[in-house]
Amino acid sequence: MSNIYNELQKRILILDGAMGTMLQDYNFSEEDYRGTRFKDYPTSLKGNNDLLSLTQPNAIADIHRKYFEAGADIVETNTFSGTSIAMADYNMEDLVYELNFESAKIAKHIAGEFTKSEPHKPRFVAGSIGPTNKTASLSPDVNRPEFRAITFDELRLSYKLQIEALMDGGVDLLLVETIFDTLNAKAALFAIEEVKEARNSNIPIMVSGTITDASGRTLSGQTVEAFLTSISHIPLLSVGFNCALGAEQLKPYLQRLSNETAFYTSAHPNAGLPNAFGEYDETPEEMTAFIEAYFNDNLINVIGGCCGTNPAHIKAIYEASQNHKPRQLKHT
Amino acid sequence: MESDCQKYLTLSGLEPLVVTPESNFVNVGERTNVTGSRKFLRLIKEEKYEEALSVARDQVEGGAQIIDVNMDEGLLDGVYAMTTFLNLIASEPDISRVPIMIDSSKWEIIEAGLKVVQGKCVVNSISLKEGEQEFIRQAKLIRRYGAAVIVMAFDETGQADTYQRRIDICKRSYDILVEIVKFPPQDIIFDPNIFPVATGMDEHRKNALDFFQATKWIRTHLPYANVSGGVSNVSFSFRGNNIVREAINSAFLYHAIKNGMNIGIVNPTMLEIYDEIPKNLLACVEDVLFDRKEDATERLLDLAETLKGQKNDVEVAVLEWRNKSLQDRITYGLVKGIDAFIVEDVEEARLIAHKPIEVIEGNLMIGMNVVGDLFGSGKMFLPQVVKSARVMKRAVAYLQPFIEAEKNGKIEFAGKILMATVKGDVHDIGKNIVSVVLGCNNYEIVDLGVMVPPEKIIETAIKEQVDIIGLSGLITPSLDEMVYVSKEMEKKGLTIPLMIGGATTSKAHAAVKIAPHYSNTVIHVNDASRAVTVVGDLLKKNNQQHLSDLRTSYDLFREQFLSRTKQKEYISIKEARSKKYKINWSQTTIMKPKKLGIQVIQDFDITKLEDFIDWSPFFRSWDLHGKYPNILTDEVVGSQATELFRDAQELLQRIFSEKLLSAKAIFGLFPANAVNEDDIEIYDENGNTQQTFLTLRQQLKKRAEVPNIALSDFIAPKSTGKTDYMGCFCVSTGFGTKALAEAFEANHDDYNSIMIKALADRLAEAFAEYLHKEVRVNHWGYAADEDLSNSDLIKETYKGIRPAPGYPACPDHLEKQTIWKLLEVKEQIGVELTESLAMWPAASVSGYYFGNPEAKYFGLGKITEDQLIDYSKRRDISIEDAQKWLNPNLAN
Repeated sequence: MSNIYNELQKRILILDGAMGTMLQDYNFSEEDYRGTRFKDYPTSLKGNNDLLSLTQPNAIADIHRKYFEAGADIVETNTFSGTSIAMADYNMEDLVYELNFESAKIAKHIAGEFTKSEPHKPRFVAGSIGPTNKTASLSPDVNRPEFRAITFDELRLSYKLQIEALMDGGVDLLLVETIFDTLNAKAALFAIEEVKEARNSNIPIMVSGTITDASGRTLSGQTVEAFLTSISHIPLLSVGFNCALGAEQLKPYLQRLSNETAFYTSAHPNAGLPNAFGEYDETPEEMTAFIEAYFNDNLINVIGGCCGTNPAHIKAIYEASQNHKPRQLKHT
Repeated sequence: MESDCQKYLTLSGLEPLVVTPESNFVNVGERTNVTGSRKFLRLIKEEKYEEALSVARDQVEGGAQIIDVNMDEGLLDGVYAMTTFLNLIASEPDISRVPIMIDSSKWEIIEAGLKVVQGKCVVNSISLKEGEQEFIRQAKLIRRYGAAVIVMAFDETGQADTYQRRIDICKRSYDILVEIVKFPPQDIIFDPNIFPVATGMDEHRKNALDFFQATKWIRTHLPYANVSGGVSNVSFSFRGNNIVREAINSAFLYHAIKNGMNIGIVNPTMLEIYDEIPKNLLACVEDVLFDRKEDATERLLDLAETLKGQKNDVEVAVLEWRNKSLQDRITYGLVKGIDAFIVEDVEEARLIAHKPIEVIEGNLMIGMNVVGDLFGSGKMFLPQVVKSARVMKRAVAYLQPFIEAEKNGKIEFAGKILMATVKGDVHDIGKNIVSVVLGCNNYEIVDLGVMVPPEKIIETAIKEQVDIIGLSGLITPSLDEMVYVSKEMEKKGLTIPLMIGGATTSKAHAAVKIAPHYSNTVIHVNDASRAVTVVGDLLKKNNQQHLSDLRTSYDLFREQFLSRTKQKEYISIKEARSKKYKINWSQTTIMKPKKLGIQVIQDFDITKLEDFIDWSPFFRSWDLHGKYPNILTDEVVGSQATELFRDAQELLQRIFSEKLLSAKAIFGLFPANAVNEDDIEIYDENGNTQQTFLTLRQQLKKRAEVPNIALSDFIAPKSTGKTDYMGCFCVSTGFGTKALAEAFEANHDDYNSIMIKALADRLAEAFAEYLHKEVRVNHWGYAADEDLSNSDLIKETYKGIRPAPGYPACPDHLEKQTIWKLLEVKEQIGVELTESLAMWPAASVSGYYFGNPEAKYFGLGKITEDQLIDYSKRRDISIEDAQKWLNPNLAN
């Protein structure tokens, strides 16, 4: 496998865009989600996008292919909700290993095709590790501030299973993303370290937090610098932000992150802020204009898109990146 | 790949804290610490978390850049308290904006803290105390949890107290962390131990200087590492003189920072501005800190007196209190424990009073109530109260003849309490302290002494119509004896409350083992200071509700205790034996003792023991907790400890010069071999077996590589064909104690009566230590070139061990009988065994000698039925008897 560290020194790497946005275009019905295997499953399964890796693997493969064609160097596996904690919503905790393993396989297969035909531009697969739907450092009950719906150890074990499956499926990187509660992320990182040690693996890790609003803090209240400090205890490939804000609003935080960190930086913002209908309508050109500013200020090593972005956005960003050099790391 | 900015210690709460060379000293808030703040402890104990949070908030608002949270208190569920409090802090952005320092000596509490904080914390602390393996394990986890770490300058042999030890331990810790654990060096914070200066002790002269130099060395030689410490420790010896204390703290901090200390716990109100310290004071302080002049301490002390101007005040005050009103004088004398004027004052009161009894019920009780209040609120300490009692007793003794001369003259007591040390046990220091404390709170004490049979306790209780029975005991068989007494009380239909106390007793024992047998009140009193309140509540009128609440709370405690007792796992004795501690006997050199056989020391020069005394337990027997000599300068109990120590020294010198106590010892060294796994045969010169020691083996399930030890593992098995050796001994310094104590008591001086016993105990331990050294160096001679200081001896850094039957490595008291037979202890030196196998005189120590360099102390822990049955066969006693003797160690 090509070394991603070498590629990062040569160019700005392009991450893919949204998976969910692309799947919306397929308009899958409940039956499509179920496929034949889960025809009689007792729970409603529509909306369980991760499950599509098993029931609609071709659609998932096609989406990966479109992003690689658009210029992406890295695609994310379709496993954003692939933990036993998130899958509990669909009573599918037992499927966690298979979902992650198969998702990794699909993405790796497509990546392999592209690397084979374009050896000068090797393609990578990042195992997507979402935040789950519970918070370890916030109480869901205002009257019981000491209460927690999930513990560190529950998260750690749940993440561990996902990580093992992704690695067995052959992912090149792990991407802990959309972090709204740093303690959740620390549990994921703890689990990664455990798996790495057990397997004597050195798989690169990307970490990406979420700034929820104009306060410039994570949902759990940390500033950019505090967040960075809290997750920098193990060697990371990159640290960055995704989701929530659009590229324009994200820039000052990215600037602060870039100033402070010795790791590579990443960003995959939304296509602007959602409109009145909850849709993201920033065009590829608009979004790319904001991202040009990242390039001009040397803020970024890995760039992609989150909610509302599609291959057209990624293509525009990829083309713009061709004229720029990647951010240089600060060396001792 | 790391940049400069990452080479600084960076922590985070909701906001970051970066410690750069330009940062001012980072100060850590210390009030959210149950060991340092009584208020905080109370709030946590009472689960008043809202108020506890306000303590944290005050710290942050007051400028603390990190808050230290510590929940290390015996009665707290530390994991629960730490988790709950940190979760609550997480919901308070004005507090959680700063990083947390998770402070505990228990790893499980540290780990619980690390699991609930999203920011980058500091762990306070880890060290090499438990060895490298544990250090590495903890450091690795800390890194994985994403925290920085404070490393104490502490290793397997103890706390670093010299420059060299400090830098050696820090260097070793650093190398392990950086090279093996790959811990980021900027995340390491060393605590090289700040100790008090100007204590008057030579070994403390370089305390500050060593710290400065060690700090500088660390900052120069251990790249990116930080240095921290608790500053106010340095000025403990000037408690009460804030001018000097603040000057010392401030000058110390100034130089510590200059030498590179960049983090620390500082109380800002205890800090003078360096530049504003008067020049002459600063010069004196710095002379002390840098150990620049031979007489620096004396000079500072002299200057301190003038600054405080208190020397004169004290003298004036002495005269002044004599000018106060009669009641004030009596109260003052009682509170201060001054008996010089008490007879004079009491006589004056008697002449004014209608009846002499009124002096006791009026004047003296008013004074003692003040003492009681001060004691109850923690403003007086046990030794002071005992001194007050001495004054009280003198006063009462003076009044007694006048009262008896009156018709119907009788003292009205608040209640009558029977106190006894149970059958088979001879330890009475704790019992006597409780008696004294109760006595001076106007309770009439019926003290039956030691080794009191249950029939006598019950008979006396009925005859004397006592209101409470108090039972005390120290050795483990006494626990069962107390159960027996409670059963007998039930049979005889007694209804009076039963109060339990003594070192091995516990609330759990009282609730689980005693309360079920006695249908009336059973209560455990954990220390003497609680006795007055407990007794007061028990004897209140119309207290049925209180008594039934108490009963309910003990029932509840029992249920909780029984249900929460963790099911520990044990392995069979067979498996345990297969996991014995393995010594490579083919490689081990066995040293034959220079002289085999038994030796008796009849008239030992007791003054030789002075340097061998371990003082810390002495203070513990007076309810003053802390390590000697640091306890003398402790913030809370320091002045009391110093005073007690002075009184002890005075009596000790009398013991020496007037030869008040005599000391005897006997010991023997014999050929020996381990046989049948856990037994040790002792041979005579012809190889015939004289006696067999039976040892017990640990059965707790442990990790594969951790052995299940028995003492026999330290002796070569017979099957090796090698002759090994072991010894046993008994020493006593108790001859004369009883007569002396009685003489003091006759003079109404309980203080010295208790003191002489406490000192005799210390001397006995010192004698055991002394004799062990003699054996190692001369008689056995395997450590002929050993040269250890007293503190090394106390820390037991020497080779070989001297475990004592009845203590954790060999809880089986019956082994004493074997020692007695082998050495003819009773015939030779007159130390006897009671039916519970306590030694008499009480100030005696007996045990074995093991000389193998790998021999070490351990705790047996619990054993299971298979070993019990096996043991009863080896001992040739019934299983029931074996059960009785080993009861505290049986798992069930």
